[in-house]
Order: sequence, then C-alpha cells, then structure tokens
Amino acid sequence: MRAHLTRRYMFSASHRLHSDLMSDAENVSTYGKCNNPHGHGHNYALEVTVSGPVAEQTGMVCNLVDLDEFVQHEILDRFDHQNLNTLPEFVRSVPTTENLCIAIYDILQRGFRHAHLEKVRFEETMMNSFEYAGGREPAK
Amino acid sequence: MVYLTRKAEFSASHYYHNPQLSAQENARIFGKCNNPHGHGHNYTLEVTVKGSVDPRSGFVVDLKQLKDVLHREVLDAMDHRFLNKEVPEFLTRIPTTENIAIAVWQRLAPELQHAQLHRVRVYETPDLFVDFYGEA
Repeated sequence: MRAHLTRRYMFSASHRLHSDLMSDAENVSTYGKCNNPHGHGHNYALEVTVSGPVAEQTGMVCNLVDLDEFVQHEILDRFDHQNLNTLPEFVRSVPTTENLCIAIYDILQRGFRHAHLEKVRFEETMMNSFEYAGGREPAK
Repeated sequence: MVYLTRKAEFSASHYYHNPQLSAQENARIFGKCNNPHGHGHNYTLEVTVKGSVDPRSGFVVDLKQLKDVLHREVLDAMDHRFLNKEVPEFLTRIPTTENIAIAVWQRLAPELQHAQLHRVRVYETPDLFVDFYGEA
C-alpha cells in the first residue's frame, strides 16, 4: 500500500528580492521592503513529501536516516546561514520563496533515490507558505 | 465536494523490529527505534472525510458520529498502549507511522456512514507525518 511521508526541516537564510530585468523604481514598487539592498532574513520551514509503497520488511516508505542525510548534505549544509542571492541557484533568478521551492525540488528530484518525490512546501513566515510538486497538482 | 477534518491525539509506545531479520540487521535499519523495551510518542491524528453537504442538516458528516467511531475504533485501542503487544495489527506488522496510518484507515473506512474517508494523517512528532489516501 502506498503512503506519503512528510518530514519538516528548518534553516535560516537572508535574501534580497531584486530583478535585473526591472528598473530600480520598478523593483521598489514590486518588492517594497524586500528590495532593501542590504537584504533581510527568514527562518524557513521546509517540508519534503515523498511517497511509495510501504515495504513489508521495514514498514517504511523510506528510511528517515537516508532522507535526513540527503537533506542535511545537499540542502541544509548549503543553504543554512547563507545569503541566498550568493548561491548558484539564484544567479539568474530572484530568491523568492517560489523560486526556492523549485530549486529545492530540483535538488531532491535529481539526487534522492530512496522514494518518489511528491512535493516541497515552504513556510517563509507563519503567515505565508508555498508548495511545488514539479508542475503537478500536489496531493491534498 | 466538501472536506472535513477531525483531529485527535493519543499517546503510545512502540519499537521497530522484524523477526525475519538478524539482530544486526534490525539494529542497522531501525537504529534507536529497535530498543525492545519500546519508546513513546504523542501522536496527532487527522481524519479527513469528504462528501456533499446534506441540504437538510448542512453537514458533510455528523461530527458526533465521526467522533464516536474514532474513539471506539482507534483511540480506545491505541491510546496509552504498547502498540507492538496490544494492538492486533501490530503483532504481525511493524508499528511505523506508515502502518499506523494504514491501520487507522482500515479501522475507520468500514464504519463511516454517508461521508467517504479521504485521508488519514498521523503525526509522530511535529516534524514527521504520514498521509494515507487508501491507495493500494
């Protein structure tokens, strides 16, 4: 039987929302406070949902140790306490939480082999959250 | 279609062990969770049902009925229990969060009238939860 497993992680990072495709005035009107040239930060909550058949031998969709190790090495070690604008993922895109969702989804999709990736969900603050399921409708 | 979610909590102990594997394999796969004396969690359960709104009552489901079924079929059986030893499903299946979600679904689905079970979500901790949608 197929189940969905979700694990929640935290990291803190700074960013500045600024698009080179817009004028300074447009950037200010689009991004407001988030356009502050010195940047600002968030405590991001990241939820990773994977799915798969529950293995009879282990009772698991995947071993949490494998998921935790992958996320620690490939995501938290690279993103925690960093300025997102300086990371290669955001050389050509603005580090909005939408783009962060897509970047993290792509890292998991490329490298995590122990279960099927369903979706990535981010809470940037307690008041807003974002989900990306590789262009599919996320299961609710 | 309207979705309704009812939340409940229960506390239970468990450990992970597959008798078909060697002691070393069990320790390697399950780590700390393999301690035979068990350990415990405060589980949070979310049961989501779906259905059309009954024009007479304005309900998708009678919440009292859902609550009664939830108590009788799940909470009375699992709350303050050692899952491996006291819940029949887990005499033969490892009581992982995945298998708990499946067991809750299998206990509730035949008992619900009118509304259809949509999702069972079981939180083992605030950082880990499993969703089961009844998929084969």
